[in-house]
Amino acid sequence: MNQALEAQAYTELLQLYAEYTAAIDAGDWDRWPEFFTEDCVYKLQPRENHERGLPLATLHFHSKGMLQDRVYGIRETLFHDPYYQRHVVSLPRVLAVDRGRWFLEANYAVFRTKLGEISTVFNVGRYLDEVVRVDGALKFASRFCIYDSEMIPNAIIYPI
Amino acid sequence: MNDAPITLPSSPGWPGDGVHRVPYWVYTDPDTYRRELDRFYYAGHWCYIGLEAEIPHPGDFRRSVVGERSVIMVRTQDGGVRVLENVCAHRGAQFCRERQGNRKEFVCPYHQWAYDLEGKLRGIPYRRGIRQDGQLNGGMPADFQMEGRGLTSLKVAVRGGVVFASFDHSLESFEDYLGPTILSYFDRVFDGRKLKVLGYNRQRIPGNWKLMQENIKDPYHPGLLHSWFVTFGLWRADSKTSLKMDPHKRHAAMIGVRSVGKPAGDVVSGVTSYKADMSLRDPRQLDIVPEEWWKGPTAVMLTLFPSLIIQQQVNSLSMRHIQPRGPGVFDFVWTHFAFEDDSDEMIQRRLLQANLFGPSGYVSADDGEVIEFSQMGFQEKPDQQCLLEMGGHDSEEATNIASETLIRGMYEYWRRVMGV
Repeated sequence: MNQALEAQAYTELLQLYAEYTAAIDAGDWDRWPEFFTEDCVYKLQPRENHERGLPLATLHFHSKGMLQDRVYGIRETLFHDPYYQRHVVSLPRVLAVDRGRWFLEANYAVFRTKLGEISTVFNVGRYLDEVVRVDGALKFASRFCIYDSEMIPNAIIYPI
Repeated sequence: MNDAPITLPSSPGWPGDGVHRVPYWVYTDPDTYRRELDRFYYAGHWCYIGLEAEIPHPGDFRRSVVGERSVIMVRTQDGGVRVLENVCAHRGAQFCRERQGNRKEFVCPYHQWAYDLEGKLRGIPYRRGIRQDGQLNGGMPADFQMEGRGLTSLKVAVRGGVVFASFDHSLESFEDYLGPTILSYFDRVFDGRKLKVLGYNRQRIPGNWKLMQENIKDPYHPGLLHSWFVTFGLWRADSKTSLKMDPHKRHAAMIGVRSVGKPAGDVVSGVTSYKADMSLRDPRQLDIVPEEWWKGPTAVMLTLFPSLIIQQQVNSLSMRHIQPRGPGVFDFVWTHFAFEDDSDEMIQRRLLQANLFGPSGYVSADDGEVIEFSQMGFQEKPDQQCLLEMGGHDSEEATNIASETLIRGMYEYWRRVMGV
């Protein structure tokens, strides 16, 4: 790939990251599954499990359908204290590019603000991503959110 | 001016007779909390430590806690399991900082006092002093004995691959502690099959530790708070239910059989969490396959007082460890597991069903949330009382979900031990 093409692809990746973050921070839950392929994998997983090869994840979804089920859960079934979340995401680091698949890593920090409360650090970790092009648009084939945070402050309801 | 300190009563009294009223101060009072640690966690009770599968080889260790005290579960050279307090005999340093690993010995970094895997003190640098100008100076006194100066070693019970321990060496056997009924439900899961750890989840819940025991002794809430339970029939008013206890009423089993099909009108009338038209876009999350060892019930939730909940809800299994950190907060550590002889499909199924549980789970995330809300209410008005009259005032075993009998049973026991 020549340099100009590479720069163009990277700009597109940045746009995917920025839009994803904007959607979940705005609580625009319907958009969230649309960033993924039909047979995507989404995982929210403690770092210990990830590093030791233990498969359990805090959230473990194997399809866009499961992400849509989660959206329904957030809206209709999971009773919770409402909160704002705000992600700060680093520039993605390209780990590999292989036959149209980008393998990327980016740090993230999520702040939580509950009504009437000060903002606190909620969840800190990194994304491990695999991005592909589907019908011209970039989508996550997989997004693993591997978090350092040793304790979840009670519950994580919304997607990271 | 009178300098006498103002003394407040250590805890306000219990309201009336019985246990159908529980005062809010039991969840907030710091003196009560200290006494609970002493009487439930540090004496008279078996506390959960971990699974044998976490330390398969000699020298393997993993840290855990008993109440607020840090302990180390270790596999000794002869294949046994020891539980040692993580406090150096010398200066009290909590010397082991890794979560888990493998060691030939434990060495405190402060002055390099060394202990073997049994916790025995094996080495003290400069014990006999330092040679200076042909003379030995300093060191421990000549009559110092290494014997008996090791790490505090807890009494250990291992059953079916599960490790429990106690600081109290006069404690009854684990089997007597559970009693025959609860033991039979424990053995239903841990029947000798080798366990396989699937991983961990950790959450810090801003509530009193007892509230988590009570949450799993409360069959009344799941079909109301948790849409997934009521809509998919995993636990609701028309489920065949039984509520059992040990003779002391400290432990309990909530046993249920899943309801299949649409519920009759009165089961869900007015239940806003029931979603008649809800269906999963991807039903693999509830791909339930009955297992022979269930022997009928599709869910058995065991509360082992004071520190453990054992979950079997359809194909998902976990140990939930209650780790108190003060009157108003506890850590809740989940260890999900499978069996070594499970097929890959069964392990995948257990992992996908784990989406129901843990700090983000469809039927668990909201338990932590409501516990936090209860604690907020308690802190504002410690003299108020919880109303626990579902199913009457007594604490007999029951066979329906509209009952708080297990919580009342726990408070009968709690009052006896606490002397209030």
